[in-house]
Amino acid sequence: MSVPIHYYLILSAFMFLTGLVGVLVRRNIIVILLCIELMLNATNINFVAFAEYLHDLGGQIFVFFTLTVAAAEVGVGLAIVVAIHRSKDTINVEEFNLLKW
Amino acid sequence: MTFFSPGDLFLILPELLVIAAACVVLILDPVMPSNLKDGLAWLSLGTLAVCMGLIASQMGYPASAFGGVVAIDAYACFWKLLLCFVAGLTVLLSYSYLKEERLYFGEYYAFVLLALCGMMVMVSATELLAIYLGTELMSLSLYVMAGLKRSEPRSLEASAKYFVLGAFSSGILLYGISLLYGATGSTRLPAIADAVAGRSLDDPLLLFATILLAVGFAFKLAVVPFHMWTPDVYQGAPTSVTAFMAVASKAASFGAFLRVFAEGLGGLKTDWSTIFLVLCVATLVLGNVVALVQTNVKRMLAYSSIAHAGYALIGVVATGRLGGSADSAHGIASVLLYLALYTFMTFGAFAIVAMLRKGSIEGEEIEDFTGLARRQPVAALLMLVFMVSLAGIPPTAGFIGKFYVFMSAVEADMTWLAVLALIFAAVSAYYYLRLVLVMYMREPDAITADSPRLVLSPTLSIVLACAIAGVVIFGIYPDPLIQLAAQATLPLK
Repeated sequence: MSVPIHYYLILSAFMFLTGLVGVLVRRNIIVILLCIELMLNATNINFVAFAEYLHDLGGQIFVFFTLTVAAAEVGVGLAIVVAIHRSKDTINVEEFNLLKW
Repeated sequence: MTFFSPGDLFLILPELLVIAAACVVLILDPVMPSNLKDGLAWLSLGTLAVCMGLIASQMGYPASAFGGVVAIDAYACFWKLLLCFVAGLTVLLSYSYLKEERLYFGEYYAFVLLALCGMMVMVSATELLAIYLGTELMSLSLYVMAGLKRSEPRSLEASAKYFVLGAFSSGILLYGISLLYGATGSTRLPAIADAVAGRSLDDPLLLFATILLAVGFAFKLAVVPFHMWTPDVYQGAPTSVTAFMAVASKAASFGAFLRVFAEGLGGLKTDWSTIFLVLCVATLVLGNVVALVQTNVKRMLAYSSIAHAGYALIGVVATGRLGGSADSAHGIASVLLYLALYTFMTFGAFAIVAMLRKGSIEGEEIEDFTGLARRQPVAALLMLVFMVSLAGIPPTAGFIGKFYVFMSAVEADMTWLAVLALIFAAVSAYYYLRLVLVMYMREPDAITADSPRLVLSPTLSIVLACAIAGVVIFGIYPDPLIQLAAQATLPLK
């Protein structure tokens, strides 16, 4: 017996919303990065669940690419965080106030 | 199973060349003696010229490669030509701008090329995975480029903001793609079009997928209310990068966005055209009104670029409203035409801002333009033409663009939208012409070493000549571009 598709969808929707709200309310840029990862992983659950449901490998292939892109994104993101920490000594987004937010 | 043939590789030769050139630049940069590094810019420029030739030769021969993942149709070729042209202008502008700013990064050109490759993939892909990968390649390169001025905290801050909101919007876009995959069973646009035909947004999966895709693309297009990153990023990023972002990334996002919604979700056109109608009106109002109170030229141009996305959206809304009729092609053609013309004027305006120096730093406040007409009449005249064109006053390119977009709105029985846009075009004339007023009507202060001046260089002259030629020639004789845009439209299912 397999798990019904909507269980996966509810899980992924919950994960996605957790990430979405996290990006909007958290102040530490590292935590924001983690929340973005959460959003991307929510989509991965969706893709795998749909791939199983539709008996189509396309969704699983998509996940490989998403994972790779997410890794590249974190690489660039952390580099930016390091650079900004060097110049401002903070990674709190509320103190990024040179430009009107 | 579908395998690809060498012929497929030949079809994507422009993209491969751009990637190869980017790799060569990255490899040569650390090993080259610093007095030869200018060569990297010329290498990039040469590659772009070859690519433009190749793309132009593909223009009349629609083809599809990799089992339908990449479409080399007139639509893709139109955008690719435009994007390569903009990338070429960016390289030329950066060549003198980077020297003036003392940014000696050879990899800068590699990032321009990588971003360009991402954009080219975005506009020619007919597969959501490829579109997503193209978007990410473009965005990741642009995040780095925005933060390239590492000594300047504003640049880093712009980069961080762009990164957070860009990654956030990619997440939303990707979630939309995953739901669309679940709702239709495919990530290929033609298959999606077949699956959504006859369905409506009553299906919750399809509803959420459409909304999330619209929001994801709205972030990339900088459409109100998803525009908040734009002014900060445009102001903080190095100006040559800002020009590239404002023009190329917007054009590529429109290219991918139109293809996804017209080719993939054409069956839902009445639904999505309503969503975009709301976004379009909000963008026109907010973009133009907030631009009125800006004192920084880069920030003002950022709001102006938001407003221009609103004008282009009118064409998208009209496309959806006109539906399957033969007229719907007019909507898409007007968007293509608008963005092509927008390229010349916006890039020209940013090029002037980039090279206006105040002492050793950039002069980007409106006050820095005071009396420019006295000291540098030619530069002031060019800026005047760009501003007049951005405001949409004939006989400049901006007028032609607005005219065709408004016409498509009228054809779609939305005269009120055209009238509204016209009113806000009049509002926009205020802030564009204020800059002209400052340049021409105010006396310059006593000239000191610190007073603003335009640093001219041969490459900058080429950029400005291209921009002004585009604005003036297409303003008077737009026929060739109109024909090209009309050929390049997408069939709307």
